[in-house]
Amino acid sequence: MANKKNEALKQPLWVNNPVVVQILGICSALAVTSQMKPAIVMGLSVTVIVAMSNVIISLLRNTIPNRIRIIVQLVVVAALVTIVSEILKAFAYDVSVQLSVYIGLIITNCILMGRLEAFAMQNGPWESLLDGIGNGLGYAAILIVVAFVRELFGSGKLLGYQVIPQWCYDHGYLNNGFMIMAPMALILVGCVIWIHRSKNKDLQEK
Amino acid sequence: MSLRNYLDKIKPNFDEGGKLHAFRSLYEGFESFLYVPNTTSRNGVNIHDSFDSKRMMIMVVIALCPAMLFGMYNVGYQNYAMAGLLEQATFWNRFWFGFLAVLPRLIVSYVVGLAIEFTVAQWKHEEIQEGYLVSGFIIPLIVPATCPLWILAVAVAFSVIFAKEIFGGTGMNFLNVALITRAFIFFAYPTVISGDTVWVVDHTICGLGADIDAISAATPLGAAATGISSGFSIMDEFLGFIPGSVGETSVIAIALGALLLLYTGIASWKTMLSVFAGGIIMALVFNAWGPEGNAVAAMPWYEHLCVGGFCFGAVFMATDPVTSARTECGKWIYGFLIGAMAILIRVMNPGFPEGMMLAILLMNCFAPLIDYCVVQKNVNRRAKRTAK
Repeated sequence: MANKKNEALKQPLWVNNPVVVQILGICSALAVTSQMKPAIVMGLSVTVIVAMSNVIISLLRNTIPNRIRIIVQLVVVAALVTIVSEILKAFAYDVSVQLSVYIGLIITNCILMGRLEAFAMQNGPWESLLDGIGNGLGYAAILIVVAFVRELFGSGKLLGYQVIPQWCYDHGYLNNGFMIMAPMALILVGCVIWIHRSKNKDLQEK
Repeated sequence: MSLRNYLDKIKPNFDEGGKLHAFRSLYEGFESFLYVPNTTSRNGVNIHDSFDSKRMMIMVVIALCPAMLFGMYNVGYQNYAMAGLLEQATFWNRFWFGFLAVLPRLIVSYVVGLAIEFTVAQWKHEEIQEGYLVSGFIIPLIVPATCPLWILAVAVAFSVIFAKEIFGGTGMNFLNVALITRAFIFFAYPTVISGDTVWVVDHTICGLGADIDAISAATPLGAAATGISSGFSIMDEFLGFIPGSVGETSVIAIALGALLLLYTGIASWKTMLSVFAGGIIMALVFNAWGPEGNAVAAMPWYEHLCVGGFCFGAVFMATDPVTSARTECGKWIYGFLIGAMAILIRVMNPGFPEGMMLAILLMNCFAPLIDYCVVQKNVNRRAKRTAK
């Protein structure tokens, strides 16, 4: 049993990652990854929301009538998203402005409904909590990797600090404007999938 | 035949277990490039022709040579003209200046592109694929002569890996590799490929040319998009004595290449003709009903064809047999839409003074759909006939 709990936390981090294996949550991965800071905040918000909604739904799972379960799930997720959004506005206003609608759109993030339907409805609250944290962090990890490359080459900065020295710019180095655009995020997610597939041979489609 | 003997002599080094085995793909690439291979396939029915794809590629490179040579001359011409020293400079001064300005870009393009090709071939234990021969020659022709070498190298690496190798290499790419290189530079580093300061080399090279402090030389299209006159006559634009990407300026040089491509049957005359037809019709439409006060919309059709990359794109890029439509009827639709779309982008979007690159890339994406529809229509027509 302990092994299963361990798996629930570890699997989504890499082997069964929600972004690069299940291809869920791609839209927000494209939208918020042009800089590190919003990507980290987004990743953490999603982690908190998935974990908490997983626990709540898991506790309610035996009392929810099957026919209205999607609506109940949505109500829980929407309530949590609103709370997180208000907290961000209160304590990290700049980031919440940068993330704009994407925090609100966490409601529509496929990872949430996917985990609630596939995991929380069948498992106890403790496993669901671990599963939620694992999936949230798996999502956050991909966002941070993509945002690292995009911010470094797109604006020469990391977390808002200039890391590429002025000396390089004086000698003709230019920031890559393509990195700031959404298509490059798609290509970078593609590259992560490429690396992932080459490490996990059983996932390769023939 | 001493070269043949030499190749045979060094061959064992590259075989399995030889000391230079790591360079096997390099050896095979050069051997089959220099001599048509004698081996034939051992299974299935295949029709073989000595005019294989390596010979075809080299023919395209020969067709590109007039544009390359004229482009080099024009790079020198523009520099001396901008400095006001045109009278003092001899023909060879101008040519050698341009040659020295363009050569590093040609070398970078080939070294980076071929290095990736050879690495991939060696890694996947495949034969070296020759598709980059043409792309590598086209790339320096469609960027400004001032394009920084490191940017060119990054762009070439990006396009060879992401537009070609991940789809399976030569013949599998659905987007034109050379155009992806240019598009990458255009979107990633817009300042080095647009504006009015990048089209003329502003410094001396090996004592040739002249140092110029402030360059202001917009391409005729760039000038028209901002509503000012470029001051070039239609004859200059036709002959190619205008600022622009290295190989795209001269209609005459491109026409020489086009004749060779059409004579050898490498390029489809249907695609080429329909690109021009699409461009001319769209230009006439804008002349008649275009938006008021738009200088590009008012540009006569023959000038549209002479400026920018229209001719170069129509002759060398739209006809790329890999990325264009393959059905005969599809070629007409594909070409026509490229020409029409290029003029549409030029006129309607001042942010993109030149629409040819985007038009061709867009239609590259639609080529499989066009082919599918043409084939399906034929299938339906025949099904109806048999049903009767």
